[in-house]
Amino acid sequence: MTTPVQPSYRKRISYQGGLLGGFATLAAALLVIGNAATYDAIELRKAEDLSASLGQVIPDDMHDNNLLDDRLVLQHEGTEVVLYRGMNGPEVTAVAYRISEPGYSGEISLIMGVNRSGEILGVRTISHTETPGLGDKIEVEKDDWIRSFDGLSFDKLPKDLWAVKKDGGEFDQFTGATITPRAVVRAVKRGLRLFHENKASLLADQPEDQTVKANTVSVES
Amino acid sequence: MQHDYRRIARDGIWDNNVVLSQMLALCPLLAVTGTATNGLGMGLATLVVLVTSAFTVSLMRNMITQEVRIPVFVLIIATIVTLVDMNMNAWMHDLHKVLGLFVPLIVTNCAILGRAESFASRNPVLPSLFDGLMMGLGFTMVLVTLGATREIIGSGTLFANASLLLGSAFSFLELTLIPNYKGFLIMVLPPGGFLALGFLLAGKRVIDTRLARARSAKTDKAVLDSESIAT
Repeated sequence: MTTPVQPSYRKRISYQGGLLGGFATLAAALLVIGNAATYDAIELRKAEDLSASLGQVIPDDMHDNNLLDDRLVLQHEGTEVVLYRGMNGPEVTAVAYRISEPGYSGEISLIMGVNRSGEILGVRTISHTETPGLGDKIEVEKDDWIRSFDGLSFDKLPKDLWAVKKDGGEFDQFTGATITPRAVVRAVKRGLRLFHENKASLLADQPEDQTVKANTVSVES
Repeated sequence: MQHDYRRIARDGIWDNNVVLSQMLALCPLLAVTGTATNGLGMGLATLVVLVTSAFTVSLMRNMITQEVRIPVFVLIIATIVTLVDMNMNAWMHDLHKVLGLFVPLIVTNCAILGRAESFASRNPVLPSLFDGLMMGLGFTMVLVTLGATREIIGSGTLFANASLLLGSAFSFLELTLIPNYKGFLIMVLPPGGFLALGFLLAGKRVIDTRLARARSAKTDKAVLDSESIAT
């Protein structure tokens, strides 16, 4: 392979430095443009994702508000929890929030919905890095296991039975994976505890201050 | 300078395959090939980056000097990967949810830098593009083979969740080969990746040796024939 003869200015340190600086500037500019062009779309997709996962744990017929609008931040056991409330008029009908727990290989992030009486409406896995083919059975697309929480509460299932069968509890573990379901059960139990500890403030009626419903009674002139 | 496209294709897919011969990109390879679908997704994402980076590097090859070429190539590749990641997140969000984890991993794939350095920086745009495509195809092929092997032995399925990656039209690919299979844990975990890769590499060596022997036997025979005619 023959190397083409290089003009002498290319040997100078200023050319080398300029080249590197030029490429860095170009790359930075491209990234800024790329970020500006996609930022809104990505934020929109994230909001859609969130509202889709909230929709899975709070049924549509339980609320008449936009779940994303009623956001609440709470301190629980040293972590910050973001809550979303479903409301029917001024009455809070359901609460949904994210909880996370370290699993077999990293954080498992879940979202759960609870109704007024503390019954679980649904639990879904948002993100996790568990072993594919084993621990990923906590995803609803791959296995029905996560639905085994539906309808449960501390009243229906005593607190000490909230564990996998191997630990003397009620929930199935997976073949070859115990740590993952154990973490999920622990997270859901903690989530329910959070609900009970803050029940009063969470379920207090919310006066509709922003949008007063239009009165549909026709006024006679 | 003439470019032998058949030679480039052969190199990319078999003779000089990224994994089977160059032994590059083993880290992302072993990490994602738990299932055939994941392998395919990673392979396709890598293919796109290989082709675009080959194009850019080849276009700039006369400008970039020998001394600063490596940082410049790394910069180009990292920029492309980040742009691909952002655009996928914005416009192909469902695909990004499946592949999102793997896309940043592509930067760590030394095969891309390797191709930029050894091919694209020395050749015109068209052959470089073709080389990127063929290397990418070869890489995808190995990823799918490895993923399929580990998936069949490890969990008894093939192309599980393919519809998440390719759309519901491809759900026919999802097969359960062994019903009620208990799973063979080690094949799904990283050690299984090493084992499967080892057998794959050994298999390639066996085939290559056979081919070489067959070829030399043929030439020997030809030599013998010509000698017998001469005498």
